[in-house]
Amino acid sequence: MAGRLLTYEEKDTWIHRLSGVTKLAFFLLWSFTGMLTYDTRVLLVMLALSLVIFYMSKTEWKQVGMVFKFILLFLCLNLVAVYIFSPQQGTLIYGTSTVLVNLPGRYDLTVEQLFYEFNIMLKYLTVTPVVLMFIVTTNPSEFAASLNRIGISYNVGYAVAIALRYVPDVQSDFTKIKHAQEARGIEMSGKASVWERLKKMSMIIFPLIFSSMDRIDVVSNAMELRGFGKHKKRTWYKGRKLTKTDYMTLAFAAVFMIASLWITFADGNRFYNPFSR
Amino acid sequence: MTPIIEFKNYTFKYRSQTEPTLRDIDLSIYPGEKVLIVGPSGSGKSTLAHCINGMVPFSFPGEHTGSLSVNGLDPAKTGIFGMSKTVGTVLQDTDGQFIGLTVAEDVAFALENDCVPQEKMFSLVQEVAQTVDIGKLLDHAPTELSGGQKQRVSMAGVLVDDVDILLFDEPLANLDPATGKRAIDLIDRIHREQKKTVVIIEHRLEDVLYRDVDRIVVIGDGRVVADRTPDELLCSDVLEREGIREPLYVTALKHAGCRVQAGDHPAHIETMRLEPYAGKVREWYQKVSPPPAREEKDTALEVLDLDFSYISGNPVLSNIDFKIHKGEMLAIVGKNGAGKSTLSNLICGFINPDRGKILLNDEDIASKSIKERGEVIGLVMQNPNQMISKPMIFDEVALGLVVRGVPEEEVKERVYETLKICGLYPFRNWPVSALSFGQKKRVTIASILVMNPQVLILDEPTAGQDYRHYTEIMEFLKELNEKYGITILMITHDMHLMLEYTDRAIVIADGQLVADDTPASVLTDERIAKKAYLKKTSLYDLAVRCGIPDASGFAERFIHYERQVRSHGGQTADL
Amino acid sequence: MNKKFGIKDVVAIGIGTALFIVLTNVQAPLGFIPNTSLQSRVAVLTFFSAIFGPIVGGVIGLVGHALGDALFYGSIWWSWVFPEAVFAIAVGIFAAKYKVKEGGFGKKEIILFNIVQVIGNVLAWLLVAPVLDILIYAEPAGKVFAQGVGATLGNVLVAGILGTLLMAAYSKVGAKSGSLSKED
Repeated sequence: MAGRLLTYEEKDTWIHRLSGVTKLAFFLLWSFTGMLTYDTRVLLVMLALSLVIFYMSKTEWKQVGMVFKFILLFLCLNLVAVYIFSPQQGTLIYGTSTVLVNLPGRYDLTVEQLFYEFNIMLKYLTVTPVVLMFIVTTNPSEFAASLNRIGISYNVGYAVAIALRYVPDVQSDFTKIKHAQEARGIEMSGKASVWERLKKMSMIIFPLIFSSMDRIDVVSNAMELRGFGKHKKRTWYKGRKLTKTDYMTLAFAAVFMIASLWITFADGNRFYNPFSR
Repeated sequence: MTPIIEFKNYTFKYRSQTEPTLRDIDLSIYPGEKVLIVGPSGSGKSTLAHCINGMVPFSFPGEHTGSLSVNGLDPAKTGIFGMSKTVGTVLQDTDGQFIGLTVAEDVAFALENDCVPQEKMFSLVQEVAQTVDIGKLLDHAPTELSGGQKQRVSMAGVLVDDVDILLFDEPLANLDPATGKRAIDLIDRIHREQKKTVVIIEHRLEDVLYRDVDRIVVIGDGRVVADRTPDELLCSDVLEREGIREPLYVTALKHAGCRVQAGDHPAHIETMRLEPYAGKVREWYQKVSPPPAREEKDTALEVLDLDFSYISGNPVLSNIDFKIHKGEMLAIVGKNGAGKSTLSNLICGFINPDRGKILLNDEDIASKSIKERGEVIGLVMQNPNQMISKPMIFDEVALGLVVRGVPEEEVKERVYETLKICGLYPFRNWPVSALSFGQKKRVTIASILVMNPQVLILDEPTAGQDYRHYTEIMEFLKELNEKYGITILMITHDMHLMLEYTDRAIVIADGQLVADDTPASVLTDERIAKKAYLKKTSLYDLAVRCGIPDASGFAERFIHYERQVRSHGGQTADL
Repeated sequence: MNKKFGIKDVVAIGIGTALFIVLTNVQAPLGFIPNTSLQSRVAVLTFFSAIFGPIVGGVIGLVGHALGDALFYGSIWWSWVFPEAVFAIAVGIFAAKYKVKEGGFGKKEIILFNIVQVIGNVLAWLLVAPVLDILIYAEPAGKVFAQGVGATLGNVLVAGILGTLLMAAYSKVGAKSGSLSKED
């Protein structure tokens, strides 16, 4: 497989010590705040804070560098696409048009457009460090327990644990199957028609999926033999009790969300408009 | 004493089948006993195990007559959850049974489901981890463990429940010989120290007998064929009749014309009374001819001073150097993770060496793509389900030709020819899903053979197969080798396979080539066996204890004799 | 399908999600439309939804997409996570009608499945995803609908071709071998 997955790395910082529930709740509140607001001031504060948090989690560049480069690339492509499809979206939102450079057709470059696209960029960037941090600092074992704690059924929580447990196994199966099929002459790369591409794809994923169906039988038998689903509740070996720091973090996230949304919507509009004055 | 497991006139039929799988079973197992249940695939021995832990009839529905009582309970009424408090089952597939993200969580799994408070779980897990010696691994993920370690985790996972009966379903299937020996040792220790009743289902009889068992129950065609002590059973012809491999030294004694007596305790070669037989064995050794010396043929594949590492400074393979001759049948052996698969990946071109060369017919293949190599070197994976990507047999076998743009008429001709060689021609219009595991394996071999490779690499060709299927697959490969001159390279840790079917073994341990010799000398060399996690063959002990100094020569003659017996299809061979 | 949520469903979600995650970046460009691709993971989602029903499919779509994006790309685009579940639920609702497990996935079922998957894809990628993009990110309508068209097309192809073939092949596993006879 191309590319490397982000993985949890054990370190000892207050962020690592936080319970998975706290981090998950924080991450969700944070993303939803980032999704709802378009207020530049709020977004800037969020970006600053997420960078601080990221720094405090002692995450190293080598853990996330590859992925970060990908995000930047994607972001740039997206910004260009927005401009190509809708060069005057900024004017539409902010109501004014301050032309910076005259370009043919409707492609005049406006300050409003630049500001709008700057906001899109901020929106992405505020969430990214928190996602990265969540993944590299949360022990996967605790993640399942966390899902159960925030009220999601333990069946789903455990399903997620199984997913994380078997990702490496499925990955190694995938590599083995891909190799064997390549040796038989099936190459995924190269120019080919859509039909050909689908056919080649099928030659790798069919054996992968069908051998996984056997695995489902084995794993469910093993779980049943050891009493999974016997009671309405279950306990978690890796579950963690909430500490004072957890409660403080949660309180902060909640207060921050409310304050951000209040600031954002105080003027009845989710956009912060520096052009109206 | 009342039996802890008691089958009385028990017959069971799966809902999806027309004939009963178990018939009139009468079997009693007493508390604290250690019983081995043997039988070929399809004999019903796994069904018997499933009856004990409640999988039958709850996961595999069907009807039964007669009665079964396990620790006073009727599994058909108690259910799987209820039975799991009494019977702990350790499954064959250690990856499937390892459910937790780490060792500790997996051991605690049953406790979690029972809502045991966290603090209590910590102490219970700690305790049972000590018992099976995984105390230091508690924070490890399954990917960081060996097969043997995973199995010990599975044992810990059922021992936390303080069950009375331990049920092992083919515990040796995925382990290398030395690890298997350790597993049997551990089972024995738990049996003695914790006074559990132990039931082991396995067809690798000789390996289980490394430690004492009280009784062996032989299942054949759904019935109890024999229920005796190991000593008695080894003196009879039940095993041979039911297609179960007897220990090699027993076979050797029989070849030498000895009539083994139970009173001489043949269950363990180390302690068996050999005085009545030693003379005959020596006589036989003098009489049979040694195998003819092999003639050196041209080199098919040559590996020259190969180095490989995934992370620099951490070599997976270093200084690997060997030759494979045309038409050879050869084994690459070593414990799991020693670098055997890496070697085959290098030969097939999935990864590239840091240093060194691979020559095919004296030509460097470094510049050849995976696809080009695939035309001369065919790779057959261990699990056929991971190779088969077409629903129909014909299409699956034709695949390699079709993607190479071979004309339709020629594809048809070559596929039919290959199917005939593989004995699959009558099934050519069947869906793959209608075939048995062994037949599927043949389909994958056919799908490679159709490209006319010069070298065939097979990863664990017989893993998990019983003696009959093992013989079937291996005889087929031997025929390919002898009749069609295909060079065959097998990656394996099956010692019988090495001994019986290969001319030479390349032994890899910790990334180094530690031996390149005949299987008989590898398996009679304690130093090499230890390094590569193999086990010395029992023929070695027999030879030494009978006063034959050249143990490796004895093993070689035995194998040569065996091969002649097999090719004559009879009991005796020309001496 | 009336059975309550069992262990097998839990495991199916787990293994299905693992497959979905691993296949996240196994895709081939569609070619004629830039920025769209044939995603192999869509075949997994379609297959699991059609075999195990809407709950299993929906959770695999939701969790698989969120985790897959997070693990590979370090970001989660929620506006594209939810539609994945919408599609899976749409396909899953009619799971019993495809009769895959019973070996009855024939012509009638293939047509039904393909009607459902096209509607599901259109609903998910041409309606829900662009609307969420506009609501969450205030992105221009023209852009998000253009992306929606690409995604719909790619996913309809994968679900229609690979999904149908997978289901047809798996349906044969359930069929009896009694009707087969050896030929000379």
